[in-house]
Amino acid sequence: MKISSWGRLSQDKHHVISLSDHHQAAGLIQQSNPGICFGNGRSYGDVCLNPGGTLWQTSTLNRFIHFDEQTGRLRCEAGVLLRDIQRTLVPRGWMLPVTPGTQLITVGGAIANDVHGKNHHVLGSFGDHVHAFRLLKTDGTLLDCSPHTNLFKATIGGMGLTGIILDAELQLRAIKSPWLTTDTVPYHSLDEFFELADASEQAWEHTVSWIDCLSGSQARGIFLRANHADAAPAGNKAPSAKQLTMPLTPPLSLVNGLSLRPFNELYYRLQARKAGPSVAHYEPFSYPLDALQHWNRMYGPRGFYQYQCVVPRTNARDAIAALLDSIRHAGAGSFLAVLKTFGDRPAPGLLSFPMPGATLALDFPNKGSKTLQLFSVLDNIVREAGGRLYAAKDARMPADMFAAGYPNVPEFLTHRDPGISSAMSRRLFGS
Amino acid sequence: MATASNTPQRIVIIGATSGIAEHCARLWAQQGASHLVLVARNQEKLTLIEQDLRVRNPALQIRCQTGNFTDPVSIQQLVDSIANEACPDIVLIAHGTLPDQSQCQQDLAANADALVINGLSPVWFAEAFVTRMVAAGRGTVAVIGSVAGDRGRKSNYVYGAAKGLVTRYVQGLQHRLAGSPVNVVLVKPGPTDTAMTAHLKHQGAKLASVEEVANRIVQAIQNGKATAYAPAKWALIMMIIRHLPRFIFNHMDI
Repeated sequence: MKISSWGRLSQDKHHVISLSDHHQAAGLIQQSNPGICFGNGRSYGDVCLNPGGTLWQTSTLNRFIHFDEQTGRLRCEAGVLLRDIQRTLVPRGWMLPVTPGTQLITVGGAIANDVHGKNHHVLGSFGDHVHAFRLLKTDGTLLDCSPHTNLFKATIGGMGLTGIILDAELQLRAIKSPWLTTDTVPYHSLDEFFELADASEQAWEHTVSWIDCLSGSQARGIFLRANHADAAPAGNKAPSAKQLTMPLTPPLSLVNGLSLRPFNELYYRLQARKAGPSVAHYEPFSYPLDALQHWNRMYGPRGFYQYQCVVPRTNARDAIAALLDSIRHAGAGSFLAVLKTFGDRPAPGLLSFPMPGATLALDFPNKGSKTLQLFSVLDNIVREAGGRLYAAKDARMPADMFAAGYPNVPEFLTHRDPGISSAMSRRLFGS
Repeated sequence: MATASNTPQRIVIIGATSGIAEHCARLWAQQGASHLVLVARNQEKLTLIEQDLRVRNPALQIRCQTGNFTDPVSIQQLVDSIANEACPDIVLIAHGTLPDQSQCQQDLAANADALVINGLSPVWFAEAFVTRMVAAGRGTVAVIGSVAGDRGRKSNYVYGAAKGLVTRYVQGLQHRLAGSPVNVVLVKPGPTDTAMTAHLKHQGAKLASVEEVANRIVQAIQNGKATAYAPAKWALIMMIIRHLPRFIFNHMDI
């Protein structure tokens, strides 16, 4: 059947095999490799694709196995969605410590991409909270992996290339309520952004900012910071579970040169009016786009790229300024643009994306070679600054760009499973 | 969505390892059912589902049971052993297979198996539970039929005939129990994304999500609906299919 990833850049035929329980998984995988795992299809690029080949779909491997209410340790199968963990256990006072901007991803995908959230400076990335997982090799061997082993480190952020994660044991964090106290601060320059980020690190757990991608190095944006609240605020109701749906794919991208500038202006003004302290439920605060199903359709039939880079702390200000200038110059980008800082923490995986510094993430409607040309300009800035790109978002970076950004690649390659191959692994590693 | 009920609910699921049944069980666990009896043929799969439901609702009492699904005497004993403990408030009869149509045409033994497991077995369970519920003066039996039972089609009339039998049988039960406190609900799912239909998905069929179908079933039971298509659009589609004149229908490749 035809499969796309979240960026909708391709719709290639795949042979899809559902793994519905771990008893049958080994046999199915031995018969059908090479292939790659496909969870909920929320990675943007080709990390989860294998055109013309096999996909092992894990979304049916979605059972909880055990939860210890005393310690907050959860064992579950790899296809469980982060949303199901949150909705089941938040009412009982436990929450995932680290989640990305969507909770509609699987546990296996979260490990394989070592996803991060808005609280990296406090709690690191997803892999920092994994106690163990079971990894099925394509030759049928089943391995129990725990931290401090090399295979564990290779699998955290390992793009699914070291084996099939069947289930995992995660550490949850205790919370007193599902609410957050928030503070919204408009900023008018990159210097101001970095001052805010530094000043917020101590006192705020979640920090993130929306940035107007057309504002160039004279950046303006909205800085958002939040902490978990001890109790539900009086009079505030939990959000309804209702979802809106983008019903169809418009013939043209709704995000374009005409719509972007006025939208950014409007969004900035609306958000700036909300400046100051407030309260928010964790779902709309952390996963605003989950409320609009199929929002990726708004970029039209050609799909979109997301470009997410991180640059080290020392060069961050200048590199981000140069990136924003290039984007403004090209008149490209989208209103979905995020700038935030990562904390100074060692990464749990060999190929983990976060490093101490600043990360910029932007969507770009796919305009073919025009878009790709802009990306090579951006690549050069990132490379010169000693930064790297996030594989979970990527559909096009050159192999040498990846090798330059991830010094552990040679060690990682020794842990690859020869029965696993994806469009991304062939692009970045040649097999 | 249905709201949590205050009265403790005792629910029995026959064919509990089917994808649709598993998701119904999750919804009931969330809504605060008190007792769940899961019946299936495969103990290993039952254990996985039991573990999952325990995390979702630690207060839920779960009992797993395996049994013979094709022998009427064994079915009677199985139902009696469950109902002797306490008469269930809800029974969901969800088991079935999707047989290969051409194999059923060639091999009458496979044909017979398909008719028994998809047609006779569910109605035997339904009859036995209804008898106990009538004696207890309350309860709902929900049987999963199929849109395939609405009109015989060349691509799967063996399965369709079995599900058609279920449809007629449930109609009869509903007629018999009209005005009584015992309810019988017939659910007719369209093609749903489960392990049973994995091969249809390869052929590019559009399948409904199992969560959506389960949600509709749990609601239909709560509301005591006589017949519920899942998703609802199948009511319209099947009304058209049922009423198509033969000279058009016979030209269709469905």
